[in-house]
Amino acid sequence: MDCSHVFEFKVKRLIVVFTLFLAFFSVTPAAFAQVDTAQVTEDSHAQPEAKEKFDIGKFALHHIADSHSWHVIGHTYIDLPVILYTKAGFVNFSSADFNHDDDGKVVVERNGQRFVKMHEKIYYASDAANEHGQFLALDEKHHASNERPLDLSITKNVCTLILSIIILLVVFINVANGYKKRVGKSPKGLQSWMEPIILFVRDDIAKPNLGHKYERFMPYLLTVFFFIWFNNMLGLIPFLPGGANLTGNIAVTMILAIATFCLTVFNGNKYYWKHIFMPDVPWWMYIVMVPVELFGIFTKPIALMIRLFANITAGHILVLSLICLVFVFNSLYIAPVSIAFAVFIGAIELLVAFIQAFIFTILSALFIGMAIEEHH
Amino acid sequence: MELLLPEFGLVIFQSIAFLLLMFLLAKFAWKPVLAAIKEREQSIDEALNKAELAKQEMTRLTAQNEELMKSARAERDLILKEAKTLKDSIVNEAKHSAQTEGAKLIEKAKIEIENQKKAALAELKSQVSTLSLDIAERVLRNQLQDKATQQDLVANLLKDVELN
Repeated sequence: MDCSHVFEFKVKRLIVVFTLFLAFFSVTPAAFAQVDTAQVTEDSHAQPEAKEKFDIGKFALHHIADSHSWHVIGHTYIDLPVILYTKAGFVNFSSADFNHDDDGKVVVERNGQRFVKMHEKIYYASDAANEHGQFLALDEKHHASNERPLDLSITKNVCTLILSIIILLVVFINVANGYKKRVGKSPKGLQSWMEPIILFVRDDIAKPNLGHKYERFMPYLLTVFFFIWFNNMLGLIPFLPGGANLTGNIAVTMILAIATFCLTVFNGNKYYWKHIFMPDVPWWMYIVMVPVELFGIFTKPIALMIRLFANITAGHILVLSLICLVFVFNSLYIAPVSIAFAVFIGAIELLVAFIQAFIFTILSALFIGMAIEEHH
Repeated sequence: MELLLPEFGLVIFQSIAFLLLMFLLAKFAWKPVLAAIKEREQSIDEALNKAELAKQEMTRLTAQNEELMKSARAERDLILKEAKTLKDSIVNEAKHSAQTEGAKLIEKAKIEIENQKKAALAELKSQVSTLSLDIAERVLRNQLQDKATQQDLVANLLKDVELN
């Protein structure tokens, strides 16, 4: 039997996949650059002394952003390690060395290199301070134009990531042990909490979308579902173990979306690729159809990425803004109203935490299902 | 907006962490959990199927019992009926044979009676003849003086005797 066509097809598929993969990375910066035009005013740091008006936008964005230290309460912080890959190799020091400065005014010198931190980003410091005392060169939009070292710090988000992984491992290895301990018996404790959700993922997400080949993708779907859900929930806790906005971080959602993208592309069968490159339309329609279909390969994971990021971030901003109403109106009497609303939104966020995990997982299953679907 | 720019460090950490998490969970959690759930579902299905089969077997057995009962009843009726006809026929036969036997006996008795009657008559005839001979002898002895006439008379007399 001649199988060369299969081999040839696989090679072609790999070439296509890698081309598309590279194209994805070359396209993204341009796409994000456009969003950059919707820049919020961040010039409040220009006049730090003139603290007249409470800037709700800046406050909210600061709280949902990643951070090099973990705020506990008041002036208490957990200082997290800073790890930089600089021109002169790896450099690491405690973020306490910045003295909780976030405006580029405190310079840390290590290995003969000088660093400043502004808006939780670390830059190579300028030789001299500018008129605001910042060791940075600012452009007209008040963005630092200094070079940046590669920042591999254990930030708040990385800590939460590790924490969530530990929680997930503890919970689900415990659940798995429950199955080993009670073989063939009804579930108990944590096991009976998680089993309906695992079955939900299997029976309502994987099976309808993936058909009989669902078992191969169950580990991915379950991991992605519980990772997103647990982190969404952790993000809703306002104090220490939670508080980070991990699933509302574009880097995290991007990696999850890329995972779905890779699974879709690497598992796509010939019908899937035929549908993209040779759809059942008259040949002259290919001029329109092929680019649209090719574009669709990327829009699906990008939509996944943006959807999760935007939903979680929006929820955080909403809750923060409602709490901030007290400071905006500068009146304690507004507190009951803002707390009532914050509780209401918080309850909705609990729902959203689950729904977004569900949507991400079901859409991933749907996209993979479309790629592996067998015609005739 | 800065929010939309993925930080390189977090991208690296997230990639490694997520892959590691997926590997660990797949190996130590999802595989045993899904296998256990599947196994349990299969055993439940099996048990239900078995129960269903047992139920079917039960109904089948009940139906069979019913059938057996019915046929047994029918057989009993049949046997009873047969016994009744047999009895009737035996009785009839007995009656019949008794009748014929009786008739035969009567016939035989009749013949016997006839024979006896004939024998008695023969006896009677011979007795009558001897008696008459005796009488005749005595008469003749008395009247033998006239032998020739006497003998004629006897012969005539004897001719007149009609034996019936």
